[in-house]
Amino acid sequence: MAHSAHHPPVGFLGRYVFSTDHKVIAKQYLFTGIFMALVGGFLAYVIRMQLTFPGESIPGYGHVSFVHYNAVVTLHGTIMIFWVAMPVLLAALANFLIPLMIGAEDMAFPRLNMLSYWIFLLSTVVLLSSFFVPGGAAAGGWTSYPPLSGSAAFSGGQWGVSLWILAVALEFAAFLMGGINFITTAFNMRAPGMKLFDMPIMVWLQVVAAIVFMLSVGPLIAGAVMLLLDRLVGTGFFDPAAGGDPLLFQHLFWFFGHPEVYVVLLPGFGVIGEILPVFSRKPIFGYRMIIYATFVTGVMSFIVWAHHQFIAGIDPRLATPFSITTILISVPIAIMVFSYMATLWRGSIEFKTPMLFALGALAVFLLGGVTGIHNGTPAADIFLHDTYFVVAHFHYALIPPVFFAFFAAMYYWFPKMFGRMLNERLGVAHFVFTFFFMNLTFLPMFLLGFMGHQRRIADPRVFDTLRNAQVENLHWLATIGAIGLLLGQIPFLVNLVMSLIRGERAEANPWRANTLEWTVPSPPGHGNFERQPVVYRGPYEYSSPESSEDFLPQNAAP
Amino acid sequence: MESSRAVTSGPSLPVSNGAFAMALFIASEAMFFTGLISAFVVLRAQTLDWPPAGQPRLPVVATGFSTFLLLLSGWSMFRARLMSRQGRGHSAKWLTLTAVLGASFLLLQGAEWTRMIQFGLTTTSSLYGGTFYVLVGAHGLHVVAALAALLIVRARVVRGGYSEGREDALLPMTMYWLFVVAVWPVLYALVYF
Repeated sequence: MAHSAHHPPVGFLGRYVFSTDHKVIAKQYLFTGIFMALVGGFLAYVIRMQLTFPGESIPGYGHVSFVHYNAVVTLHGTIMIFWVAMPVLLAALANFLIPLMIGAEDMAFPRLNMLSYWIFLLSTVVLLSSFFVPGGAAAGGWTSYPPLSGSAAFSGGQWGVSLWILAVALEFAAFLMGGINFITTAFNMRAPGMKLFDMPIMVWLQVVAAIVFMLSVGPLIAGAVMLLLDRLVGTGFFDPAAGGDPLLFQHLFWFFGHPEVYVVLLPGFGVIGEILPVFSRKPIFGYRMIIYATFVTGVMSFIVWAHHQFIAGIDPRLATPFSITTILISVPIAIMVFSYMATLWRGSIEFKTPMLFALGALAVFLLGGVTGIHNGTPAADIFLHDTYFVVAHFHYALIPPVFFAFFAAMYYWFPKMFGRMLNERLGVAHFVFTFFFMNLTFLPMFLLGFMGHQRRIADPRVFDTLRNAQVENLHWLATIGAIGLLLGQIPFLVNLVMSLIRGERAEANPWRANTLEWTVPSPPGHGNFERQPVVYRGPYEYSSPESSEDFLPQNAAP
Repeated sequence: MESSRAVTSGPSLPVSNGAFAMALFIASEAMFFTGLISAFVVLRAQTLDWPPAGQPRLPVVATGFSTFLLLLSGWSMFRARLMSRQGRGHSAKWLTLTAVLGASFLLLQGAEWTRMIQFGLTTTSSLYGGTFYVLVGAHGLHVVAALAALLIVRARVVRGGYSEGREDALLPMTMYWLFVVAVWPVLYALVYF
């Protein structure tokens, strides 16, 4: 390795702040993402309280006006997708794991990697500052549909949406740099002997996610530029009065927006794919099939977007093909889920916290996936669109990868990241709270949706049909669930802090796993590998007859 | 880009990290222009009078000449890379020619814009004007960025910054320049005709 040529950094600033080390950048992304998750979680609390006690002052926040409610909903969605899911699942995990898992000393472009984080941090500051500008934060929904978002009169002031667009654009620039880095590193920096199909599932899924992101983000940037010009210059691209077309923005947005779901989902599935074989002590079922299914998912994710627009006024002849592709895309995803379930079959399953969260993710995702079929069918979607059914659906689809898989990843890789084990008992408590209260929060919303309860309304009582005890009771349940879900994260945060200070020291390979990151000390030093690892086999050789142990690391000489 | 790093001896693609990363970047840039172009096509198809009555027509011939200059700059960039690969010391000259041609393209475009604005074609005068300035402007900004990168690369070539152990150092720059050149005829054909 090029240790001599690659000097370790010196000083606090060089080591922890302006670092080019992929492990440090991963942690910077991780902690920024966790901080933003707390902000987004607090906004979720405000939303739930407002819906259960409309018009009353919310403890810790105060009175919520109708315009302000829209801003809270917009920022909750924006933050959770772009400032939590993306930095944590892609940036933090891919940064930390890709070089370690493929036996590289760092990313292909370490300085570009550092620049990526700093631009991301800038975007975070821009977004958070939009809370404090005249007129308040963007209130056009996380999709920012014109003509509402195109005009200051409808979207809560001149500044909010413009800052929102700027923040999102900066963030995408950061992830473009990150994505290019991940793909180049995985294809060009692998250790000797590691063929493409020796790469762990996590690396494959991160690479596909990065490719999907890169190829889908351009049209959204084009749309965002045009929207910004509409707002600032008055071009009228999306303004019907000027001859423009608001549906055009929806197409540009969802051409990115739907692939984005898979950009977030795939890294989460990657985490599950790493954890199931280790805690089942079995090779993963259908390694190649999972990867091929990922390719198919990636390609198909580009041709499903208009299912978000069934009632937006698109041509019904357009709805049918998009409905078919939408239902077809569940086939490759089902292949992945079934391969994961088959991995468990006759394994020696250990219910450690990472495994609990991985299995919980699959269980919860099942409901999210199945309800996607309802939304993907125009006949059903005409009724369900823009109701709480949709809210429940996408929380069931996205909380598994974004939170369950992220927690699984934290309990699993925390020892490698910080050199200490997380407390198992607090971990199990965290899982029980999260799983129970997550379902308590979102199951009632399916029912609310069936009752015709629209989303994005600040006060359900203004509609006669929603002014009844049943709606109130369901809101009560969901709010109790949401508060429980938030409080249920306390064991996790306590666990993080306590374990960082005085957790049990982690050995190099506490889970007896095969992938290369477990062959180096916990935490790995600068440059990762003391000697260049050589890879002899795939990543999931558990209970192999070739070994006296029940695992066989990728780099163990045959 | 990190010239001090040793190359991993593992299995890898037959291209350098820089060229591979540039290919990925160009792919996402191409999707950006695809988004702009599809927006243009949709808006144009939905507008009955295109170009609208009373709005100036775009100068096909004058822009044809600047198109020719830009295409020429693509050829000189290609020559610069060829010289650099063969280890002949002329690549800086060809880079200079490329930069001059690129800058001329920008100047002619700028002159055209001022004329268009005088004739009453602005971003807000019609969708015709708005899409013109967005599509042509987005490309113009790409030429500006490529030109800045080209001048940095040229300065490095002159300093001898690429001399040791860098095979085909000009490849990523050449790829990006040719991309910016190649996008233009597509926009020219769509927007001006």
